[in-house]
Amino acid sequence: MPELATLVFYVFSAILILASAAVISVRNPVHAALFLVLAFFSAAALWMLLKAEFLAIALVLVYVGAVMVLFLFVVMMLDINVEEMRKQFRSYLPVGLLVGAAVAIEMLLVLSLAFTKKSDSAGAQGIVVDGSNTKALGIELFTRYIYAVEIAGVLLLVAIVAAIALTLRPRRETKYQNPAEQVRVERDQRLRILKLAAEQPTAVRLDAPAAPPSESSNEGRT
Amino acid sequence: MSNPFEWLLGPNYPNLAYGLWTAVKILILVIPITLCVAFLTLWERKVIGWMQVRIGPNRVGKGWLQPFADVLKLIFKEIVVPTGANKTLFYLAPILALAPALAAWAVVPFDPTLVLADIDAGLLYLLAMTSIGVYGIILAGWASNSKYAFLGCLRSAAQIVSYEIAMGFALVGVLMAANSLNLKDIVLAQQGGLNQWYFIPLFPLFLVYFISGVAETNRHPFDVAEGESEIVAGFHVEYSGVTFALFFLAEYANMILIATLTAIMFLGGWLTPFPITNDLYVFGKPIFGDGFFWLAAKVFVVLFFFLWIRASFPRYRYDQIMRLGWKVFIPVTLIFIIFLAVVMQTPWGYLFK
Repeated sequence: MPELATLVFYVFSAILILASAAVISVRNPVHAALFLVLAFFSAAALWMLLKAEFLAIALVLVYVGAVMVLFLFVVMMLDINVEEMRKQFRSYLPVGLLVGAAVAIEMLLVLSLAFTKKSDSAGAQGIVVDGSNTKALGIELFTRYIYAVEIAGVLLLVAIVAAIALTLRPRRETKYQNPAEQVRVERDQRLRILKLAAEQPTAVRLDAPAAPPSESSNEGRT
Repeated sequence: MSNPFEWLLGPNYPNLAYGLWTAVKILILVIPITLCVAFLTLWERKVIGWMQVRIGPNRVGKGWLQPFADVLKLIFKEIVVPTGANKTLFYLAPILALAPALAAWAVVPFDPTLVLADIDAGLLYLLAMTSIGVYGIILAGWASNSKYAFLGCLRSAAQIVSYEIAMGFALVGVLMAANSLNLKDIVLAQQGGLNQWYFIPLFPLFLVYFISGVAETNRHPFDVAEGESEIVAGFHVEYSGVTFALFFLAEYANMILIATLTAIMFLGGWLTPFPITNDLYVFGKPIFGDGFFWLAAKVFVVLFFFLWIRASFPRYRYDQIMRLGWKVFIPVTLIFIIFLAVVMQTPWGYLFK
């Protein structure tokens, strides 16, 4: 019987691989997005097994909790004809295979280096095993790698501004409400209270002759 | 063989026993939460009844058994699946709504020792769990194959994603003040009575967190995802019977969770407001000292605010919800966090610790 952690690792790896395969093979795009969510969860579980709890939770928080929700939001509203896209599968196949092979070779290079060379990563592993690697990660990021963090932050900011600048087009012809103005409305701008002098009710004269139409209507009824 | 279980389970006994024992603990946690949900629904109907000068439920067992009557009714109802619905996702959605609401309770500390998983990144875990609850709503709306349900799910997705940011930023302020991500440490950092609780130094964040919490649970006045007067019942319009009961359970479990978190982050968790009660012995025990009693009392008060708000305010217009989230709450929290970070470097930093 192998160790329990090994078993758990194989279970989650199997789920991860199956889910990833399903992402590109299922017909329904919403199902594909949901399988991607499952793949993220399995990857987070694998990271948790490696005691990288910050990375695992950040993966769930950022990708599952925010990115995939927006993704699903868009995919749900699209009317994608999968059959139409399937027809072009053949023509894209050579390019896809080329890219896939390139990625596989790159991963092989990186991973084989990691398996043979062990001395370099010993320091980092010491921190990971220590327990709270969230704190360790924070200290490392904001001391040793502060420039990288700052540059990444500025890049993200530029991306946000660029995305808004590219998609924002003021459409003057549409009518829209300005909630800020609506909120600032005072009572006096909407409501006017008039003070009217009370009117004297005109006295009904009893000795006046009864109105002929009322009499005729009475006759009509009887 | 002294332990029959050890003989039965073989060499893997410690691991399996740990797993089983955790499962038992989870049950001990989940059953009271479910009961709390049941009585919260009753309390809600009573409070709203009183505020509208009505009596509220008073028939089944003088009102006390009303939640159980409701549950029985829902269990015996037929589950109707709409034509053209995506059946798998239709059944999966209520489960996806409820599971994160219950899973988040794993890291919530009820007193210094009573916690299922005392992990260091507890706050992050909570943020992650509360952020994936939206999947249940989105899938329910999409899988129902109904226009109203779909509108409801789109509204809910946009709203939850918007308010989550403000909520996360409010918690960043708390973890800066407490210097920890562990919920137990956050409570212990507020020791020393009412004036040490974080709702005083972090008052803007407290307000933002609570209001975002109301929005995040799709409660009044932010319940546009349901909006019974606009889009019938929103995302769960096609759900009946037990599947509807699960959505109901998830909403109220989330409410209790947000109330508990508000109590833990800003109102001192299980700590007593007046430390003098720790020395007050009744029958040889400090029953009004630090402990679960105080947490329960605070959660009750915060939950009462949820109901009070529901009975008092009309529903927000949708564009105003978005405006409040993006143009008011996010700037307020961002500026307050920067202010906090600057002040903590000055001699006045002790005010925020």
